[in-house]
Amino acid sequence: MSDDIRGMTAELAADPDSLIFLELGEALRRRGQLDAAFKVARTGLGRYPELARAHDLFARIFCDRREPDRAFESWVTALQFDPSLVSAHKGLGFLYYQAGDLASAEKHLAYAGQADPDDGGTATALERVRADATAAKAAQASVGAARVEPAQAEPPAATGDAVAPDDVMLPTIAGAGGLAFSFDEGARSPVQEAVFSGLDGGADGLLLVDANGLRLGGGLRNPDGQDVADSVAALLAGVSKEAARTTRLLALGDWRGLSVECGDGNLFLSAPSDSTLLLTVRGLDVPMGRVARFAERASAAARTWLERAE
Amino acid sequence: MSNPVQLLERLSTVRGLRGSVLVSAADGLIVAESLMTGVDGRAVAALAASLMNRLRRATECAGRREPVFLQLQAQGGSVLATPCGPDLVLVAVAGPDANVGLARLEMLEAAGKVA
Repeated sequence: MSDDIRGMTAELAADPDSLIFLELGEALRRRGQLDAAFKVARTGLGRYPELARAHDLFARIFCDRREPDRAFESWVTALQFDPSLVSAHKGLGFLYYQAGDLASAEKHLAYAGQADPDDGGTATALERVRADATAAKAAQASVGAARVEPAQAEPPAATGDAVAPDDVMLPTIAGAGGLAFSFDEGARSPVQEAVFSGLDGGADGLLLVDANGLRLGGGLRNPDGQDVADSVAALLAGVSKEAARTTRLLALGDWRGLSVECGDGNLFLSAPSDSTLLLTVRGLDVPMGRVARFAERASAAARTWLERAE
Repeated sequence: MSNPVQLLERLSTVRGLRGSVLVSAADGLIVAESLMTGVDGRAVAALAASLMNRLRRATECAGRREPVFLQLQAQGGSVLATPCGPDLVLVAVAGPDANVGLARLEMLEAAGKVA
């Protein structure tokens, strides 16, 4: 343990209300001690649940743990408490870029760039996003032009317009007093969006299982980062039938959901269809009510996918 | 360990609860019960214990700690369960109008006393 970390740990122990947990958590994260960083952040967040920087720290830890969905949620929460938090805008810009949503990535990075013009990393990232967006639009335009008859083709000027920057409203620092973007609780993670538009990805914390305990989509990792999706899927086989049997015998009607509080996380099981089960797993930082709402949206996405697959 | 029957009777004062049972986790047999007429205690006991055991294995496999509380939500009410140490499970049946939040707190407190 370095002297810095030892000193900060001692300071936090002496004064558990100290905001030193933010620096300590970040120092541990940078050293790759993610479990320790997570514990420090979680404890701090418990004391300061409305502190945007605490949610930001959580998000960075989730990123390092390769849990982009949860990082997204934490950064969205951070911006709910402080819409001008630059690091959260940078983080969301990064996640949107990874998910291929270049317009949203540009919005966040542009905001971060205006707030901190000396940050060369943000400027470089923004250039890259804009270049990719321009290239993507050019590619679309060329495909479109190749498909239309010459007589119907748009004039070059119009084609040029198609690749020009669109009407994205870049936020300004002056507008930081209010919400620069719409960060409502129902915001969807771009990662989740990608997985549940095709269910062939490996989203962590969402697992769609069939009646035989086989994974249909999504993914699940344990806190050490190991893939446990298939083994958990196998153990969930039969839960749906058992839940249905229980509620039927007690004359409670059809079951709608099964929430499970663990000592270190919240789980929610729902049934997108008669023959499938969806497991949603979130940390204790996400209240069960929000987990249930998230699970509802994921169930709807799974139903859509199942209907398409059939 | 407090008197289980007294604890179950105290639970039955929570609005909307139709009763509760203390169940052996290993075999799903009833240890103590306080149920309204018409609620099948044996079914509650066996199925809730089975569900709890299954979820215990799943959460363990997922690298999570043991379940501390579960709620099976249905159209006409809920089944609530919490482990009381390694050997027992406290299960309650709640109607649609039950105060589940209060029931949860009372059950966790009761489980602590039973364990």
